[in-house]
Amino acid sequence: MKVKQESILMKGTRSVERAREDFPILSTEMNGRPLVFLDSAASSQKPISVIQAINYYYREQNANVHRGVYALSQKATDLFEMGRRRVRDFINAPSEKEIIFVRGATEAINLVAQSYGGHFFREGQEIILSQLEHHSNIVPWQLIAEKKGMQIRVIPVNKKGELQIEILEEWLSENTAIVAVNHISNALGTINPVREIIAKARNFDVPVLIDGAQAMAHGPVDVQELGADFYVFSGHKMFGPTGVGVLWGREELLEKMPPWQGGGEMIHTVSFEKTTYNELPFKFEAGTPNIAGVIGLSEAIAYLGEFNFEEIAVYEKGLLDYCVKKLTQIPGMQLVGTAKSKASVVSFLVDGLHPYDVGIILDKMGIAVRTGHHCTQPLMEYLGIPGTIRASMAFYNNREDVDRLVEGVAKAQMMLS
Amino acid sequence: MKSINQIQEEIVDDFSLFDDWMQKYEYIIDLGKKLPLIEEDFKTDEYLIKGCQSKVWLKAYPEGDRVYFKADSDAVITKGIIALLISVLSGQKSEDIANADLYFIEKIGLMEHLSPTRSNGLNSMIRQMRYYGVGIQTKEKEV
Repeated sequence: MKVKQESILMKGTRSVERAREDFPILSTEMNGRPLVFLDSAASSQKPISVIQAINYYYREQNANVHRGVYALSQKATDLFEMGRRRVRDFINAPSEKEIIFVRGATEAINLVAQSYGGHFFREGQEIILSQLEHHSNIVPWQLIAEKKGMQIRVIPVNKKGELQIEILEEWLSENTAIVAVNHISNALGTINPVREIIAKARNFDVPVLIDGAQAMAHGPVDVQELGADFYVFSGHKMFGPTGVGVLWGREELLEKMPPWQGGGEMIHTVSFEKTTYNELPFKFEAGTPNIAGVIGLSEAIAYLGEFNFEEIAVYEKGLLDYCVKKLTQIPGMQLVGTAKSKASVVSFLVDGLHPYDVGIILDKMGIAVRTGHHCTQPLMEYLGIPGTIRASMAFYNNREDVDRLVEGVAKAQMMLS
Repeated sequence: MKSINQIQEEIVDDFSLFDDWMQKYEYIIDLGKKLPLIEEDFKTDEYLIKGCQSKVWLKAYPEGDRVYFKADSDAVITKGIIALLISVLSGQKSEDIANADLYFIEKIGLMEHLSPTRSNGLNSMIRQMRYYGVGIQTKEKEV
């Protein structure tokens, strides 16, 4: 049943134009030049409110959660659980029980592969991934596939970086164990047709996991509307702290899954004869959680709620178009990934230049980009390139950042050719 | 033949003439472009030192108690730094190579390129060059 909730996201009235001022690091220097940060797909920067919330927590609110009878512990627990409610609201999940705090998207995928896969997967079944996946959404599946004796199939991609999902009609069957794809490609920025993928999988009752690590910084996700079975993401890519992330799963599935890690918090009673497990979500949260991390993530969500996501989407699209337009004026520019539907990520190569060399020159000019294979070696191999230079933008970037990048690439080209 | 430290001092002197990063990197890029390439035959996995970002190929030629090196990289800045390392270590006595204190790298402000997170293969290359030094030393003792 779909539970309708007021999204906390679309109400914001603040303009993105001034968002940059909320991020203290963006007024620092790198190598003596004002920092141009274009690596948000690797990790986004943090607004002052998130930094202050974490600082304040450690100064005045720190205590372990779910345990102490004293007021301080109760306060910490309230803040922690408020974080869970905010995440629920942010992704419109039907229940807080479905919000499992983990270290990040990587851990969430490992949890599903080991717990769900360990319990439900059978020898000879198939796991369907895509050519665009990050290593984090490949290796956990390889581990379980090897253990169980399963096959992995890979949805192909075209030269533009778009998934060729028609093949699913052929591949999906009762023998498919799971489909796991990313929402937005970290290497190319392609926004994948996850709704269509989920719809196709539905026809065969095949569960779908969506790796939303790259999506959360760009727009709201409604997991009920999406219809996936699992949706995972990391806090640090959506303006929150590192070391915290979320596994959302349908309650029905999470209930059936055995615990993954054992320890404190996840138990109901422990005896050497028989241990019984705690209920959701605690069943999957062994050990003291990352309390400050959750509080920071909670604050990041509150921060995002100040804006209007439609405005952010328009703003980022404008930046992307501007960046593509300016970069393609450079002779020898080769854009990698030109999908029709893209997030504000531009991957590129310049004829005759090694991405690493360009990255070094840009670094000297105060410009932070990512170079290399972006943890997507199978994709790079398919495209026949060693890697790319990737500029990934968030709503705190502006046209001046793009201008500096273009100037930097032109200078790198002059120095290196 | 100049000693390892004499060559290092010369490099440090050369670099002290540069006013800014651009001049320094233009010089390194120039060195990279001039570096004698390894013959294509040696650009194989056998001689490959894998960095996450740039590839480095290294071949050692022992002659008596000395070791000569040829190297290449697919990235030109990496190649330029390799050229510096080769000018310091190639043709030196194996024992000196194994024990060399390569202080020039820090003095000319290129230490960042040896950070393990750069993953450009340079760290592994230096380890490999020292290993050739030690390897040959050991071999001689065995004979």
